[in-house]
Amino acid sequence: MPDAIKTLSSQLAQDPDSLVFLRLGELLRQKGQLDTAHRVALTGLERHPHLPDAHDLYARILADKHDYERAFDEWDMALRIAPDHVGALKGLAFLYFKVGDVQQAAAHLEAAQRAAPDDPGVAQALAMARGGGPGAGGTEPLTEPEPIAPAAQPLEEARVFAGLEGAQEGLLLLDASGRVLGGALKDPTGQDVTDAVAAYLAGVSQEAARTVKLLGLGRWTGLAAEGTLGHVHLAPPTSDALLLVVRDRAVPMGRLAIIAQRAALAARRWLEAHA
Amino acid sequence: MTAPAAAYGKALDLITRVRGVRGAMLVSAEDGIVVAEQLMEGIKGPAVSALAASLATRLRRAMEAAGVGASLFWHLQAEQGALLVVPTPAGTLVVAVAEPDVNVGLVRLELLRAAEVVG
Repeated sequence: MPDAIKTLSSQLAQDPDSLVFLRLGELLRQKGQLDTAHRVALTGLERHPHLPDAHDLYARILADKHDYERAFDEWDMALRIAPDHVGALKGLAFLYFKVGDVQQAAAHLEAAQRAAPDDPGVAQALAMARGGGPGAGGTEPLTEPEPIAPAAQPLEEARVFAGLEGAQEGLLLLDASGRVLGGALKDPTGQDVTDAVAAYLAGVSQEAARTVKLLGLGRWTGLAAEGTLGHVHLAPPTSDALLLVVRDRAVPMGRLAIIAQRAALAARRWLEAHA
Repeated sequence: MTAPAAAYGKALDLITRVRGVRGAMLVSAEDGIVVAEQLMEGIKGPAVSALAASLATRLRRAMEAAGVGASLFWHLQAEQGALLVVPTPAGTLVVAVAEPDVNVGLVRLELLRAAEVVG
């Protein structure tokens, strides 16, 4: 393999616009040379921004580096360019499985299976996602979802979103009446707006539930909204609780959804522990 | 509401021609009354519009309080479908009811175009 890396590096040096960076980046990734693989993939992506395989490669490397949010964005981008891209579908399935959303994981794997019916890895991963035997996801086997918050310090155990990004400025957990159970919100000026926002959101969960019931759409699973200055995502971690995630417009809606899923899982666990 | 009534149908056509859309409505954001609709049979327009307007109001106020500005588009996701909404500056909600596998990006685009028509 070192010879292959040397050869591919040489080919890439001779022709920086060639697609050989895809093989080189993947080889480096497989060898665990993630920083070098990262550089190769990023340079390739800069030259070929509309190539879905380039986004897929970069996402795999990011996932190996545990940068799941950016990996999500890259696989999401690959799918926007090529909706049937099997690597991206498997990668997103892996990320969804990782945050505990088995339904979404299975949906992505089913889409991957439709695009590549003969891929044994997809069938295996699908069986795993449906509760069957062992399988493989985007970059590593689909295993039980990892704990969302890392081992918390004693003082942090009381906090719902301990360990999550934006826990004290962009995540909020409310009960049905709008009472704040955890998290906090700050506006762009840094002012605490937790209580004001909570007051307006009282009853939203019930209204969302009534609306979708009236339409015969089953259970509501989320509400994503674009604002002029930022994005919000609401989710019901349980039937009588509401989670709000707020981020600025630089955060894509897809990434916001995965942040919300992680936070919802943490909130569900916290609510169960404090029931 | 600035557009003539004939424009409403055109605006709704933009949305309902998207595959997976079950219906579209123009709703007064202030009182939740249906201004115009093209809905598949079985969808209770007036009730849905009232709830959509109420949700829109709460969401708008919460978003403004959170400092993320006015709502440009929102998407209520459910197991078997979705409600997608674009509020217009003049106080109308352009609403689509869609199947779960609808192309959300495309519906969003058509809702925004419809909102321009409606004004």
